[in-house]
Amino acid sequence: MSRPSGLKSTLKKLPGFLFAVIAFLAPAASFAVPAKSRYDHYWLPDANSTYAPKIDGMFNTILWITMTVFVLVELGILYFLFKYRHKPGRKATYTHGNNKLEIAWTIVPAVILVFLAIFSNSLWSEIRDPAKFPKDAPVIRIKPRQFQWDITYPGPDGKFDTPDDINTINQLYLAYNSPIQIKLQAQDVIHSFFVPEFRIKQDAVPGMQTAVWIQPTKMGDFNIACAELCGAQHYRMMGYVHIVTPDSLASWLKSQAPEAPAPAAPAVDTTKAK
Amino acid sequence: MATIVLPAEVKKVSHNGHAGHGHHELSFVRKYLFSTDHKTIGKQFLFFSMFFLLVGGTLALVVRLQLGFPDHQSGFFQFFAKFFSLIFGKTNFDFNKDTGMYGMLDNFYNSAFTMHATFMIFFAVMPFLMGTFANFLIPLKIGAGDMAFPKLNMASFWVAVLAGLIMLTAFFVKGGAASGGWTGYPTLSAVPDFSGVIWGQNLWLISLLCSGISSLLGAINYITTVVNMRCPGMSWFRLPLSIWAIFITAILLLLAVPVLASALILLLFDRTIGTSFFIPTGLLSAGTVISGPGTAHAGGGQVLLWQHLFWFFGHPEVYIMILPAMGIASDVLSNFSRKPIFGYKAMVLAIAGIAVLGFFVWGHHMFQSGMNPLLGTTFMISTMLIAVPSAIKTFNWMGTIWGGNIRFTTSMLFAIGFVTMFVIGGLSGIFMASTPVDIFIHDTYFIVGHIHYVLFGGSIFSIFAGLYFWYPKMFGRMMNEKLGKIHFWTAFLSFNGVFFPMHILGIGGMMRRIYDYTQYPHLVRFQGMNAFMTICAFILGFSTLVFLFNFFWSMKKGKIADINPWQSNTLEWTVAYPIPHGNFPEMPHVFRGPYEYSAPDCPAGTDYYPQNMPPPGWGEAKA
Amino acid sequence: MNTTTLRKLSYFLSLFLVVALISCGGKKKEDEEEAGEDKGAATTGTVATVDMANGATITGTVKLDGKAPENKVIKMEADPVCKAAHTAPAMEDHWLVGGAGEVANTFVYIKDGLGGKTYAAPGDAITLNQQGCQYQPHVFGVMVGQKIKIQNSDQTLHNIHAHGDKNEQFNEGQPAGSPAKERTMDKVEVMVPIKCDVHGWMNCYAGVLNHPFFAVTGKDGKFELKGVPPGDYTVTAWHETLDGKGESVDMKVTVAAKESKTADFTLKPQ
Repeated sequence: MSRPSGLKSTLKKLPGFLFAVIAFLAPAASFAVPAKSRYDHYWLPDANSTYAPKIDGMFNTILWITMTVFVLVELGILYFLFKYRHKPGRKATYTHGNNKLEIAWTIVPAVILVFLAIFSNSLWSEIRDPAKFPKDAPVIRIKPRQFQWDITYPGPDGKFDTPDDINTINQLYLAYNSPIQIKLQAQDVIHSFFVPEFRIKQDAVPGMQTAVWIQPTKMGDFNIACAELCGAQHYRMMGYVHIVTPDSLASWLKSQAPEAPAPAAPAVDTTKAK
Repeated sequence: MATIVLPAEVKKVSHNGHAGHGHHELSFVRKYLFSTDHKTIGKQFLFFSMFFLLVGGTLALVVRLQLGFPDHQSGFFQFFAKFFSLIFGKTNFDFNKDTGMYGMLDNFYNSAFTMHATFMIFFAVMPFLMGTFANFLIPLKIGAGDMAFPKLNMASFWVAVLAGLIMLTAFFVKGGAASGGWTGYPTLSAVPDFSGVIWGQNLWLISLLCSGISSLLGAINYITTVVNMRCPGMSWFRLPLSIWAIFITAILLLLAVPVLASALILLLFDRTIGTSFFIPTGLLSAGTVISGPGTAHAGGGQVLLWQHLFWFFGHPEVYIMILPAMGIASDVLSNFSRKPIFGYKAMVLAIAGIAVLGFFVWGHHMFQSGMNPLLGTTFMISTMLIAVPSAIKTFNWMGTIWGGNIRFTTSMLFAIGFVTMFVIGGLSGIFMASTPVDIFIHDTYFIVGHIHYVLFGGSIFSIFAGLYFWYPKMFGRMMNEKLGKIHFWTAFLSFNGVFFPMHILGIGGMMRRIYDYTQYPHLVRFQGMNAFMTICAFILGFSTLVFLFNFFWSMKKGKIADINPWQSNTLEWTVAYPIPHGNFPEMPHVFRGPYEYSAPDCPAGTDYYPQNMPPPGWGEAKA
Repeated sequence: MNTTTLRKLSYFLSLFLVVALISCGGKKKEDEEEAGEDKGAATTGTVATVDMANGATITGTVKLDGKAPENKVIKMEADPVCKAAHTAPAMEDHWLVGGAGEVANTFVYIKDGLGGKTYAAPGDAITLNQQGCQYQPHVFGVMVGQKIKIQNSDQTLHNIHAHGDKNEQFNEGQPAGSPAKERTMDKVEVMVPIKCDVHGWMNCYAGVLNHPFFAVTGKDGKFELKGVPPGDYTVTAWHETLDGKGESVDMKVTVAAKESKTADFTLKPQ
């Protein structure tokens, strides 16, 4: 016995669903966005560090490759579904495969992927290889905890854990266009230092130190987000990055400097005061 | 069905002592509760998974409700929050007596997505694939009377039930259910002070341990059965791809689950008996040092150790959840295209290749974790390579429908849905494989979109394809095709409506596991899109209700199924419902591969050639 | 076949009913236990009412012996919204000491001597306001079961994390503009620390008692306990910096009906 395939009704729906898949983004995209903000689009945030455009470039390369594959494969499937739909009297082609084709569609993706890996890797090591960190970049230490970023500048003596350390909470001031190294270590749980505009994300892990560098290429104010689930108020672990001129940075640091006689104050938790 | 003349030596082959024993009447308890019959156990797993699919789905809607309407003001939010508060309690929904308004507590949100993932992965998708289909299909498809170890099989189910009960209990203990994400990263999961969750996390660990034991019992059973109990003529390369996939997946389970189990035990020790495997020295809680000499925790542990152990299990786990789905889709596609599967051996090799490579890619979850960046290179290359077998499979599925005579049954639609959605899930994986791009999209909604394209668009669509396909053999009736098509189209459209925009959110920089993204100025713009996705999610939930209605309604009212309603070649379609204990009245004998559709030598007037149908003149030649 | 299917169905339904029952059962038992504990506390004495007309009054001043430690400036710029709420630099509020050493924010209460008498909680709620990223009040007393109305007057998110030892902890976010929350404490505990994890400097203390004989000193360092029934009491002054160091000053006070007694405390900072 042969089952009714409901073919005609199915096929009538095919273009409809394709259209819907593409069109569903349209209503989503038409929702209002805050006027005149730099977030007035739905794509990648602005690229405001030296390596951000390179990451975007890599992203776009992969996007073009995968989009091409996606369109070809899905169109191919749709075409086959239409062309080889059940018809009375049609006989399916009896074939068990084709080794040449198998080899082709093994090697071609493999080659593309290996090339992607090689290109990715050179960029990866440029960003992350400790040996390739910018030389002589000043170091800032960030020790996040639930749910704030404890930020320490080494102060005039260039050393941490000395009385002239400058401690701030959530406020990170960086000089425009000069590289900076950030050492991260969490105080309680894993946090992740994420500034979308700089395309930087690095977990801050308790018990070990991780390091990243950035060179901001645009003045302005940005947000630090926590990208690793860190507890109940993870969603509000927000910090602020300000990219300013070196002069403004210096005067800001001065304004934050601890008063002369005060002892070194690591971020004091005030809940259980001593 | 043609009666098969069996040669004498075949008849003698031991058949696990079941065939020919006839019907002994079993008590209700032995027949439906503590049954050792693989078909009953398969069905038990089916109901088990369906129940937890509903639980997990409800939690998914809770999560989406919060994300769609984080200000809690809209009528949509209030209506459904009230509904869900009946299930999860008014406290979790922050009910305000004065205003009569519902909200949602942030900790409850964290529990909701943690438990959503846990239920879906360990109590829905895995038992669907490696409980329901593995149990039901292996003996029937390889021509065996039952599993190699029927009692082990029964134990596997009941341990899974125990695990499920423990996991459900977690919602009702003080401090709520686990809220550290399904990945349970310490130290958030290791120190109760950090999450506020006390017994919820312990129960989570104990439950997953039980679930792991269940999986191991199943895996041993499946491997032994496939290796030892194939019927005469069922050579390795005559196995249906679904069985190949389940077999290789069982090996993956056997190798990966013990690693998870060890990690779970270590973490449980850290939480309960004061060890510090994952607790480093010098942790601060409320300004006080809580680990290291002289404090509550000894300290000296390694946070990243958990991640290595977890993902050494966790990545093969992802393939555990997709390989059997690929196998099922292959069977369904070939059947309804009325064509042999394209490149059978390449498909088998691809499954094996994914399985082997699957053990060398775990580090790609840890690119931003603080792992040595040089290791990133290694894991990137292995991750890129694992995309190749997936590509091979996709092209072979295309090859299978090419030149076919395609019947658009609901089952076929879901199988096609599987292929098309898996393509998206596979391609989006390449973005994450590329280490520099991963810096940006790691831990964003891009990942959430990716995993749901693979696990929902992939695994769950394939599970639906399999359920519509084997339902007649499980319950003796056909599922309603019209309702099935309504189910497919609503599910397919709303699925894309929920999960495709997630890629956009990720590209826009929206982090995952965020209770209220509107706190961040750069994410406020996504509120409208999130609301749209939430509405789609509720439609998706509705489509599942259509499926459930169809499922239970058809049990009673469905059309009585023929013995082989899909004109399929494989052995399960040679026995009539209800299939007796012992399955095959006579030991089947297999003469050819499982996909001989439209072969030139098919019996006249048909386009299929059952595996057990002797070729013309076979009996005479032997004689 | 249908009966078979049905029977299986009914079996699974009952299985999940069992699941539900077990879980609900567990929940109920827990609730009962909690209720039992409460009852235990309640039955140690009868529920008394405060007799304002005939009760005694204990008044006094809390003073500081020595120089008050300096309060530090709060780094309010951690959240620009908080910073904007203050014109002058916001200071920590651990020590509020007047010119003559009067200490504000000291919690004075009858620690012992009521003989297990318990009092019904008043219907009025205590308001805890989050304003300028500081708690108003910084120290307060509340009765077991009395409502604490938690308001967020800031244009930023706060979370309220009560982490007492005896009372069940809670930790909930309260975004800007959201309605007030009402919470209660159900165990006697002095003090339950409350903090905001988003703004690490924000903290306050709730003294939870089962009687109304408590007060928090004002800027003049003065307190007044009214309507105290006649008896011998231990009155204690609690200040946050002396928490957990045994420096709370216990004072024996005996009062007769309608009597007024004075109990002055002197705190010694370490």
